Amino acid sequence: MRTPVFLLGDVTHAAKRTAEVARLCWESALTCGIMTCVHLLLTLVFTVSLGTPVEIHRPRGVPLTKRQFYEENKPFTCLDGSKTIPFDRVNDDYCDCKDGSDEPGTPACPNGSFHCTNAGYRPTFIPSSRINDGICDCCDTTDEYNSGAKCENTCKDLGRKEREVLQKMAEITREGFLLKRQLIEEAKKGKQEKQDKLTGMQDNKKQLDEKVEAMRTVKETAEQPEKEAKERHLKAWEEQMAAIRLEKDKAKMAEAFLELDDNADGVVSVSELQTHAELDPDADGTLSETEAQGLMGGADQVDTSAFESVWTNIKDKYKSESQPVESAPVETPGEEMKEPVGDNDSEPYPEEDISEEDDEEEDEDDYHEEDDKVRAPPSIRTPEKSQEDEEAMPPYDAETQALIDAAQRARDDFNEAEKALKEADDQIGNIEKELSFDFGPDAEFTYMYNQCYELSTSEYIYRLCPFNRVLQKPKYGGSETNLGTWGAWSGPENNKYLVMKYEHGTGCWQGPNRSTTVKLTCGKETVVTSTSEPSRCEYLMEFITPAVCQETSNTDPSTHTHVEL
Amino acid sequence: MAASYVSLLAVVLLFFCLSAHAVDRSNFKTCDQSSFCKRQRELEPGQSPYRALLDTLELSNSRLALQLINDNNKVRLLLELYRLQGNMTRVKINELKPLKPRYEVPDVLMADPLTEPLSVVVQDENGLVLSLGGAEQRLILNARPFRLDIIEGPQVLMSVNSRGLLAFEHLRARKDTISHKISSTVGSMWDSLKSIFSSESNSEETAGQENVGQQTDEIKEDEEKPGMWEEVFKTHSDSKPNGPSSISLDFSLPGVEHVFGIPEHTDTLKLKNTDGSDPYRLYNLDVFQYELHNPMALYGSVPVLISHSTERTMGLFWLNAAETWVDISTSSAGQTMFGKMLDFVHGSSEAPQTDVRWMSESGIIDVFIMLGPKPTDVFTQYASLTGTQSFPPLSALAYHQCRWNYNDQEDVRAVDQGFDEHDIPYDFIWLDIEHTDGKRYFTWDPSKFPQPKDMLQGLMDKRRKLVAIVDPHIKVDGDYKIHSEIRSKNLYVKNKDGGDYEGWCWPGNAGYPDFTNRDMRAWWSSMFAYDQYEGSMENQYIWNDMNEPSVFNGPEVTMHKDALHGVWEHRDVHNLYGLYVQKATADGLIQRSGGVERPFVLTRAFFAGSQRYGAVWTGDNAAEWGHLKISIPMCLSLGLVGISFCGADVGGFFKHPSAELLVRWYQAGAYQPFFRAHAHLDTPRREPWLFGPENTALIREAIRQRYALLPYWYQLFYNTHHTGQPVMRPLWVEYPEDFAVFTIEDEYLLGKDLLVHPVTDEGAKGITVYLPGKHEVWFDVHTFEKHAGAQSLYMPVAMSSIPVFQRGGSVICRKDRIRRSSSCMESDPYTLYVALGSQGSAEGELYIDDFHTFDYEKKKEFIHRRLSFSDGTLTSRNLAPDSQFSTSSWIEKIVIIGGVQPSSVTLTTADGAETALEFDFDSETAVLTLRKPGVNAGADWSYITFFIVFLHIHPPESVTVERLGKIWNYSM
Repeated sequence: MRTPVFLLGDVTHAAKRTAEVARLCWESALTCGIMTCVHLLLTLVFTVSLGTPVEIHRPRGVPLTKRQFYEENKPFTCLDGSKTIPFDRVNDDYCDCKDGSDEPGTPACPNGSFHCTNAGYRPTFIPSSRINDGICDCCDTTDEYNSGAKCENTCKDLGRKEREVLQKMAEITREGFLLKRQLIEEAKKGKQEKQDKLTGMQDNKKQLDEKVEAMRTVKETAEQPEKEAKERHLKAWEEQMAAIRLEKDKAKMAEAFLELDDNADGVVSVSELQTHAELDPDADGTLSETEAQGLMGGADQVDTSAFESVWTNIKDKYKSESQPVESAPVETPGEEMKEPVGDNDSEPYPEEDISEEDDEEEDEDDYHEEDDKVRAPPSIRTPEKSQEDEEAMPPYDAETQALIDAAQRARDDFNEAEKALKEADDQIGNIEKELSFDFGPDAEFTYMYNQCYELSTSEYIYRLCPFNRVLQKPKYGGSETNLGTWGAWSGPENNKYLVMKYEHGTGCWQGPNRSTTVKLTCGKETVVTSTSEPSRCEYLMEFITPAVCQETSNTDPSTHTHVEL
Repeated sequence: MAASYVSLLAVVLLFFCLSAHAVDRSNFKTCDQSSFCKRQRELEPGQSPYRALLDTLELSNSRLALQLINDNNKVRLLLELYRLQGNMTRVKINELKPLKPRYEVPDVLMADPLTEPLSVVVQDENGLVLSLGGAEQRLILNARPFRLDIIEGPQVLMSVNSRGLLAFEHLRARKDTISHKISSTVGSMWDSLKSIFSSESNSEETAGQENVGQQTDEIKEDEEKPGMWEEVFKTHSDSKPNGPSSISLDFSLPGVEHVFGIPEHTDTLKLKNTDGSDPYRLYNLDVFQYELHNPMALYGSVPVLISHSTERTMGLFWLNAAETWVDISTSSAGQTMFGKMLDFVHGSSEAPQTDVRWMSESGIIDVFIMLGPKPTDVFTQYASLTGTQSFPPLSALAYHQCRWNYNDQEDVRAVDQGFDEHDIPYDFIWLDIEHTDGKRYFTWDPSKFPQPKDMLQGLMDKRRKLVAIVDPHIKVDGDYKIHSEIRSKNLYVKNKDGGDYEGWCWPGNAGYPDFTNRDMRAWWSSMFAYDQYEGSMENQYIWNDMNEPSVFNGPEVTMHKDALHGVWEHRDVHNLYGLYVQKATADGLIQRSGGVERPFVLTRAFFAGSQRYGAVWTGDNAAEWGHLKISIPMCLSLGLVGISFCGADVGGFFKHPSAELLVRWYQAGAYQPFFRAHAHLDTPRREPWLFGPENTALIREAIRQRYALLPYWYQLFYNTHHTGQPVMRPLWVEYPEDFAVFTIEDEYLLGKDLLVHPVTDEGAKGITVYLPGKHEVWFDVHTFEKHAGAQSLYMPVAMSSIPVFQRGGSVICRKDRIRRSSSCMESDPYTLYVALGSQGSAEGELYIDDFHTFDYEKKKEFIHRRLSFSDGTLTSRNLAPDSQFSTSSWIEKIVIIGGVQPSSVTLTTADGAETALEFDFDSETAVLTLRKPGVNAGADWSYITFFIVFLHIHPPESVTVERLGKIWNYSM
């Protein structure tokens, strides 16, 4: 607020003034009517009798600051210097000056302005088009001197109210500013703490890095003997299994020989082999003599010992005459294909969740749901062991088991270290992110970070989470709508920290994405005081916070009000 | 405001979005999809089956009646001809004996038109010749085929049925359900039996039995055409209980190449040939996101066509409220047929000709042929039939601020405040549908507008006003007074089965009051009483939207044609519905003030005669340059047919205008009769100060120009109210012989003295304006630069340019003290702008009254003066000596443009005392400004005489003073 240049005018002798006013009054009576004149005289008498200071005499509508340009009975020069006119053309209800300066008290000039003294309140200028337009603009009623409008002098009232408001405002501002100082202190401290913490965390991270590396070595060291022991164990088991398989194969071979040797002459002939069409190598449906001979290594017939080499040629295709077709290997893949279906059943999504999501425009949560859906199936069914493996591998021996346990411990330790490192990384990231925000020139907005402020209206709950986003949640069911995520400070040039802009909220049908402008004003608390939607999908929030309180000058607020009679 | 999307129930939303999302032409019928139009248009010209039965001629003093017979089906028609006062001829054709009465449009004509005597000049077996009164006008009636020609001297002015396209689908009994079930052979036998039977029972003397076979064939042929007894469009079925009933007639206009009118269409001012395209359609429809340059129907219909040539201006008024299509075909006269009887007529075969054909779905043929001969005569003639533009309160001519929607009382207060803060005048703020309690009209949303009277009082304290929307669809809700009363009074439109017709609109399920019913209208009017319409006050006015009527789920987004208004089908009355809604509303506003106050009601749907009830606007346009441009021909077309109070949504309703478009639109809108900014709910806010200080200043200046000219606007509306001459005029109206101006539609005249050529092109650096009139001079109103007439002038433009020219020879009264509303300016002084013509003279008018009541009419309380300047003398003559009114306004300044420097100027008062007036002469612009004449514009006028003395001798050294006469001349 500006300090007034002028206070009260100098007090001249009442008698002289009476004469002046009377004459002026008579002049104005020509244009404004007798009533005005009488009124003026009465005012004069009244003010003189009270002995209060009286306004300096000057043409209607002229502010004190310009009084010297309007010298009675001397030609008047338009304030822009464009023209000089006789003084009786000042306020004669005809516009002579291009700048409107000859008609400060009439509506004649399109660009004129009228000065209301508004004694008891704040003096003001109004466009001269508002003189005598039937609407009371000046609280001292001086703008409606000839329109018939019934105006009441409300200046004292307004002045009192304004002083009260200013006082209250000043109080709030003072207190708010104290709070702001605290906030700044806290933010400073907080920032230092955070920075310290960050440094600490970064050190810690280094240690964690090292620890992870160390643990990795321990793990790897422990895993090597584990691996070897396991391999040994496996190898032994496999050897054992191979011997068993060999035995089985031999038995099968013998069985096959007997089956093939139809005439039981102790040898298998080409023709006997030809009865097994499934052995056909070119898959033309028949096993020709040549093909059979080929399978038999060129021999016409083989005995049991020579059959051994033939058996390796045919055993994959050979079908026993007595046994049914082996079907198991065909079925197994089929069962595996069914598995994902079964898995869905195993973990159903709560239906109400899905339907609720359907009602609403896409929300971030939606994507989470999507993520969940594509996330790995919760349990992968172990593939069925083939018949050959039906015999389980025997448990590890104690020595191997000890090695495994040791390795597992090393692995657990390593994982834990790695997790700690990741957590540290996250924390560092968060602190760095927080430190990167523009929390105001003195970081006074820091305290709002990670906070949310709510306002409940008849239909909705609005939630402002500064530096994050603005949300609107219907009171009676329905999901939240994003009214914008943090964009930038966008106040006026002289103080951008008076307005926050949140953008790119949920899209409007056939319209823009929702956005919110948050206007900040000084207050003792931090509260959202109102929300509105002035234009479709463009929201406006009023937000009070000590963080925008300005330091008050120590001058008494009442001196801001220019009191003039 | 519009058919679009908003918070309806989800079902409606879904339904409506689906149909409205795409700008869907398929929602609306083409001629081919409208079965009667298709049937009518299939008729070939040249084979009229109609013959006049001359022996049935009846001639009374002013009426000629004659039977026509269709030789194909022997159905007889009754032709009536009337000679009407003011050079008009009325042609009425109805069935002689219709099965049931056919609809004749009521309430559109002011009264039964006054007739003049008709006399038969010649009669023989081929026809007869009637005298139409003076000017050698004759009407020639040719009997076989039936045809009418109106001639003046040797000139054919107009021929009726010259192409033989008279077609009258007579009403016939509906086939009963049995006949549908029997075979076609049996069916046709049954038909022939039936027709024989019916012709006998009708005892038609001349229904010769030898023609029965032929007639049967014809009827059979008729009935085979689809759509005669039932018609389906999209999912909607029209049960057509009365079967086919359409009518058609053609008119030929020799020598005519330019025809205008039949609004409302988004098309050029000059109507186009419809050969090979759809005819122009007149069927009031809520067209979502309408397209430009299209003959499709729009919100309103005025079935009036104006023809113009250098020789003559004429009009055709087709009084029919059913769905109507108009075909227009312009060709050279050599290609058209002229009847034998006209061989003697000198017709220049080189001359062009325009053929016009009207087709309507039901009702009768009732045509008023307005014979001009000058444009002004046609306007007078049409005004004598349907009345003139209502005289609005002055504030309605000022600036209106609208948006769908101003959210709540606080929003209204803040916008009002914004205008004061930015020093922009406005008179009206508007509330769209969201202000109501759940789209229940006559109510207020209890949380957003809890104290409407406080809000209205706040506006009244600023001498401003409000318009609230009241639509004719009524929410079906037993707890809603308006609904339950209409239902209990049984005043809703009925569906074909006799129940209350219901359709979807903004409130969801809605009933539609039967406004064709006088009782309904009277009740509706009574609802505007202050004790009925709670929260309303005298500074609240009304807006009727959606009154086509719009029915979201109806065929073509309107009412089913088989819905019932009493005994009449909706088909018969459709185009009248909107007129009745506005009439009932305007009557209500008059009644609530005890008949004192002039109403102001805006309507979207309209018909011939709607001018009597208020203003119209061009509906839901878009923020596009093309829409800005088309607003001119659209309003010009409406002005030609009587509706002068027209405007388009400034800024465009749909979409978001660029700052440039918005500024240009304000500049254009400031010079159109109805000046309202409006915006769709989903568009960003666009109050004038939201586009940066530069644009705010440009918009402020445009609006201020409007306010300065309000005295001129007011006088133009007073004149149109009395004479029917349009306010906004195509150039040809004032320059009817200048062929060059006939198709101009990017500039126009306001009255006859202001020529406006708004800038309507994006990024325009200049415009080319045509200044009409060989003997005219025109003055740029901003620079006073003088230009000769009859030339095209290139003019560079800046963003601040609004090219406007004052005609030399005119006096225009302005109020140059702009205040925050027109009411605040009521007592302000006038400045007279006297633009001298090439003869050094000028004329103009000044009209003053109380600006809002009927006292100008009832108590003759007004001032109406003619201001004439000639031979250096400005005279004020009282044009209304028997009227009385006192004003406190005075003359603050007289600006004489295009004059010379005087030696002195003298004001002489009535008592003979002379005072020298100071003046200023700018030799560069040749503008003489008289300082503060100070005379009262009204009551004191006659006591003041005032002399002006000019220097007439050049060069100025040889000064000779001549007293040239009186300026303010006492003439009571």
